[in-house]
Amino acid sequence: MSVLLLSRGLYDELRAHGEETYPHECCGALLGTPGSGGWHVTKVVRAGNTRTDSAHNRYSISPLELVRIERDARQHGLEIAGFYHSHPDHPAQWSKTDFEEAHWLGCVYVITTVAKGKADVTNCFLLSGASEEEKQFQNISIEVRD
Amino acid sequence: MKIFIPTPLRPYAGGKDAVELQAPTIAAALDELTQSNPELRKHLFTEQGKVRSFVNLYFNDEDVRYLPQKEETEVSANDTLTIIPSIAGGL
Repeated sequence: MSVLLLSRGLYDELRAHGEETYPHECCGALLGTPGSGGWHVTKVVRAGNTRTDSAHNRYSISPLELVRIERDARQHGLEIAGFYHSHPDHPAQWSKTDFEEAHWLGCVYVITTVAKGKADVTNCFLLSGASEEEKQFQNISIEVRD
Repeated sequence: MKIFIPTPLRPYAGGKDAVELQAPTIAAALDELTQSNPELRKHLFTEQGKVRSFVNLYFNDEDVRYLPQKEETEVSANDTLTIIPSIAGGL
């Protein structure tokens, strides 16, 4: 898997979410289907950031909300392809915290820099590896289709 | 009961998104699941046999950690167990 494929509308939607929650981090799930070249995302689901104690530099999605997102995905014939979140006024690169807290092997983690309230760079990282002990983030390209 | 498998663990469960099985308790259901899919065990449990800290188990809509009987909770055919790894991060 080397590409994340999604429509312009969905791409804009996840970036706009980060602008709306600025200076706090936004977060959400990406639903789609796996293909030979990578994940094809067909739905973006916003989630609440439960880290209200430190929302400017941390995010977390409630497990129960995840259960419901996963249930909804299944009912629509989709899978959780990955997640997205924003880095307010910080580079769109995974952090030590992002890596330590990443457990969805084979899924993508999309990070958008929101600089002074405007969405800037968006990057995508695939969490590859066969186990928690072997996991690594791999930078993959995002293909936006108009 | 039916156990729902999250995306990252499906390769270790024969590609299935759900497994139907009969067991008296949540612990017995997990035991049966990992006996028939041995590769799942290391993803769900520590070497000491505890559920990994980042693995959430939801019995219907309840977090198993907060059930009075936890993994020893009795289950029936219509119950569901959802395995859902945590998602968090930040700067």
